[in-house]
Formats: sequence, C-alpha cells, structure tokens
Amino acid sequence: MTPTRSSLGPLSSTDIQAIRSDFPLLSSDAMSSVAYLDSAATAQRPQQVLNAERQYLETINASAHRSAHWLAGESTMAFEDARETVARFFGVEAEEIAWQAGATDALNTIAGGFALASEAWASADSDIFRLAPGDEILITEAEHHANLVPWQQLALRTGATLKWVAINENGTYSVDDVRAALTPRTRVFAFTHISNVTGFVAPVEELVALAHSVGALVVLDACQSAPHRPLNFRELDVDFAVLSAHKMLGPTGVGVLFGKEQLLKRLPPAKTGGSMISLVSMQESTFLPPPQRFEAGTQPISQVVAFAEAIRYLEGVGMDRIESHETELGQRLASGVSVISGVRLVGPPAGEHRAGLVSVDVQGVHAHDVGQFLDAQGIAVRVGHHCTQPLHRALGLAATVRASTYLYTTTDEVDHFIAELANVRAYFGVKS
Amino acid sequence: MSDPLAGLYQELILDHSKRRVGDGPMENPDAEKFERNPSCGDEITVRIRVNEAGTGLDALTWEGTGCSISMASASVLSELVAHESFEDITPRIDAFRTMLRSRGADAGDEDLLGDGIAFAGVSKYVMRVKCAMLSWVALEACLEDIEKRTIG
Repeated sequence: MTPTRSSLGPLSSTDIQAIRSDFPLLSSDAMSSVAYLDSAATAQRPQQVLNAERQYLETINASAHRSAHWLAGESTMAFEDARETVARFFGVEAEEIAWQAGATDALNTIAGGFALASEAWASADSDIFRLAPGDEILITEAEHHANLVPWQQLALRTGATLKWVAINENGTYSVDDVRAALTPRTRVFAFTHISNVTGFVAPVEELVALAHSVGALVVLDACQSAPHRPLNFRELDVDFAVLSAHKMLGPTGVGVLFGKEQLLKRLPPAKTGGSMISLVSMQESTFLPPPQRFEAGTQPISQVVAFAEAIRYLEGVGMDRIESHETELGQRLASGVSVISGVRLVGPPAGEHRAGLVSVDVQGVHAHDVGQFLDAQGIAVRVGHHCTQPLHRALGLAATVRASTYLYTTTDEVDHFIAELANVRAYFGVKS
Repeated sequence: MSDPLAGLYQELILDHSKRRVGDGPMENPDAEKFERNPSCGDEITVRIRVNEAGTGLDALTWEGTGCSISMASASVLSELVAHESFEDITPRIDAFRTMLRSRGADAGDEDLLGDGIAFAGVSKYVMRVKCAMLSWVALEACLEDIEKRTIG
C-alpha cells in the first residue's frame, strides 16, 4: 500500500487490511487464524523494512566510518542518513541520537555514565552526573526492570539513595506523588512514558517541569510510547530518552539513546573501544564527540538502515492516526474485559486515559494457563510479570495476561480475545 | 468439538492441580529447597524428611503458587516418591526429565512415573517444560544436600 498523510482521518478497516498486507508474517498461512496481540513485546515487520535491510546488504554492505573505498562511503552515508531520519522523527538533532543495542543497553549507557562521572578521578566536566552519598535517584514502582536494575546498580556503585514513587491499587501514580518524592537532592528522575503493563500514560511535561524545578535530570523510557504516538523529545524537554527499534516495526539489536547535546558532551562513555576514539596512545585515549563516542565497535548498520525505513513507514501511515486507532482498541479492550466475571483489569479503568493494551488477572487461573488456553484459540498474548516484578508484587499479583495492539490490529482480533477470555474460568473448572 | 489442549491439560493434571497431594508445611525438615520460574513467577518450596535408616524418604511436602502444570506436577511427585528409597527416586527424576525434554517423542515409563506420564503432552509445549520440572528440580537439590551431608 502507499499510505499517505493526505488521506488523513481515522484508519478505516480497509486501511488496516491494506497495512496488514504489507506484513508477510501476518498474511502467512500459519498466522491466518492467529490474532497477534503481543506487539508490546515485539512488533511485526513490514515488507518495506525487510526489503530495506536486504537491499542494503545486497548493494552497499561495508563497515561504516572506517575504510576509504567507495562502498564504505555508501555504507557510511546510509548509516548517517538513518540517524537523520530518526532524529527528525523525534524532533531533535542527529548529533543527539546515539545507536545502542536496545533500550536496555541505552539505559545502561546512561546509568554507567553517571557511575563513571562519580569516580574520584572523573573530570569536573562531567560533574553534572557526579553522584555521592546523600544524592537521590528517583524512579517509580511501575518501571520495567530495564529502567530499575541499572539504577539500583548505580546506587550501589555511588552510595546514592534509590527512591521510588509508590503505585496505587490501579498501578498508577499522580503528579502530586512525584512532587512529594522529589527533593533538592534528587539528581535524576527516570520513568516510563507508557507502562508496558497498565497502559498508564505518564503526564511527561508536568513531571519534567517538576523534576527540573529541583534541578534533577530526566530520563524517559519511551519504549511503549515512541512506536504508538507522535513524540517530540525537544518539546517534552526530556534530558535523555531511550527506545527500541524492534517495538516499532524495526529490527532487533538496535535501540536509540537520545540525549541533549550539552549533556551527551559531558556524559562519560560506559563502553569504549574502536570507532569511538580520537587519539590513542599506550597510556591514554581521547574520545570522539557524541554520538560516535557512544558507539564503540562495529555498529548494526543494516539494522539501523532498516529501522529508518520503519520510521518512514510509520510516518507514511501517520503517528496521529496510529495513536487514535490504538486508543480506540485500548478502550475496547478495557471495557470488554471489565465486564467479565472473575477478571480484574490492571491499570486505569475503562474510560480513563490509557494506551492500546490491557493486562488482566483471571481469578483462580494462573496467567500461564490462561495464555495456553488463549494460544489454543489462536490468540497470542504475553503472560508473566512482563519484567515488572515490583509492580506485580505491589498489586498482589504474581503474573498477568497482557494483550497489546499496534497499527495492524483489528477490532475483530480484540473482540476474539475478549470473547475467549470469558471462557477461561469455565474451561479450568473455576466456580463463579 | 475436540479440545486442542487435551494433550496438555489431561484430566489427571487438572485433577492433581486441585487435589495438591503433599501441599503443606513440614516442621524441621532434613532438607528444604526453593525454586522459582522467573518468567512467570511460579514459586515452590520442597521439604523432605529422611527415614530412620537413612536409605530413603519418610515424607515430602511442598508449598507454592503457580500454574496448574507446576502445581499438579508437585502433587504427582509427592504421591510418587514420598516414601521411596533414594535408589528408586533418582531414576524416576531422570525419566521425568527425559520425557519432558523429548518434544513429544517419549511417552514416559508408567512403571517409573505412574501418573507422571500424564505430563508427556507437556513436552510438546517447550515454554511449559520448566513449569513441570520445578518441584522435581527442587527435590533433586534437596537430595544433593542430603548426599553432601552424608559424605561430609
């Protein structure tokens, strides 16, 4: 299909069918009777993205930023063009976008930079990241382990205190909760834009303003927002943001680290080696400016090129239309599961602002069994703690069942999930 | 309509997941091991008491939370080995593991596994093998503890 921004308006079922025909896996025989409701874990990839990677490999594959031959030049240009594409998509400069292996890797780069800046020998130039006992790192109880464990480790390494905003019975928190948790000693506040479990959408602009008012830096985990809605890091005024390509129609092994130019210049590189240096002697080394400073070793070039194609694909459909479509599906899911007896919806109730996913607890049936039952009915969902053990513990749950949508998800698929979810307890003989 | 999950959720498994043979505490166990499946949060603690002769088990109990497969498997384990000699337990654990890793090829030896052969179908669901093995792995660790102490 050739979706264009000029055909604005809600995505019609015809539009969705046209989009689906771009995805080989979704149109495969094996998947013809399967509803893929696990896009929050990883998204499917359209033919355009697969072709872009193949075309790069068949025509210009070479190491970028190294050799002097023409092929290396072509490869370097494709690699840097991809950076431009991604930077423009998020409203920032190419120099502010560093490739990482994924969002987890990007968060480790940030936390690792803080740790290095906190060493006694670290340059005063990176003092904005220097942590000492008494300093505070603030996160929330709703964080994915990727935005939790690196901060725990950073606290251990620096003696700083890890604090968190507790969640309520819905798995959410308020702006006031954050205001109460911030102190003049808060040096960094890291939080997720959209929870991968509850679908709660954090009020980013308000939280950023609050954090900045006490002098804290803001790290935004945009893994579940970047693929699903228009996002402009400059307008949000976040200091750092991370995301993974594979959740937005791109390849695995590629993530984005966004950092404001003045901050990236001061952040010590947690990973060092080839291609990130300027001058190396046997005694010491100087580093290249960002973003190359954060890209040690040969980069996943073909994947980066394919990711840029995924961005173009999303732009072609229109992020605002994708957001509207998923918001509608999210509400349909939330209200649909809410009326099933013995099923508890985790996160904001139906009708409230929430993303295009739901997580549920089925009373009397373990999430793994629910997932197995749904699988047999042709519904692919995620079961488990979704890398958020503290959130589940706070809600008194060991595991939940999550259905998540994307631009290619149909209302029929959502309805199929709701209908079969209603049959789970009877199948496992749980009395109502 | 045939149930596509019948191979996995055998009547016997669903029955054991509710009966939960051996589910309960034990005071002063001779060994105790905790196992968890980090992907789904299933947790189980297996406790054993060794018989007076020191040749086998006098009792096995377990406590835990988890899916029907992991709970039923602990129940079957308890029924099968709570009063068995060490000599007889090890081959049973080995046979159970071999069956579960067979991806559907090994129907299981009923003489060794009793009701445990109901889990043969689980072996086709690679994501669920760990659920079925959870309590068995915990027992194995208990037995290693006992062995170390005996040798030590």
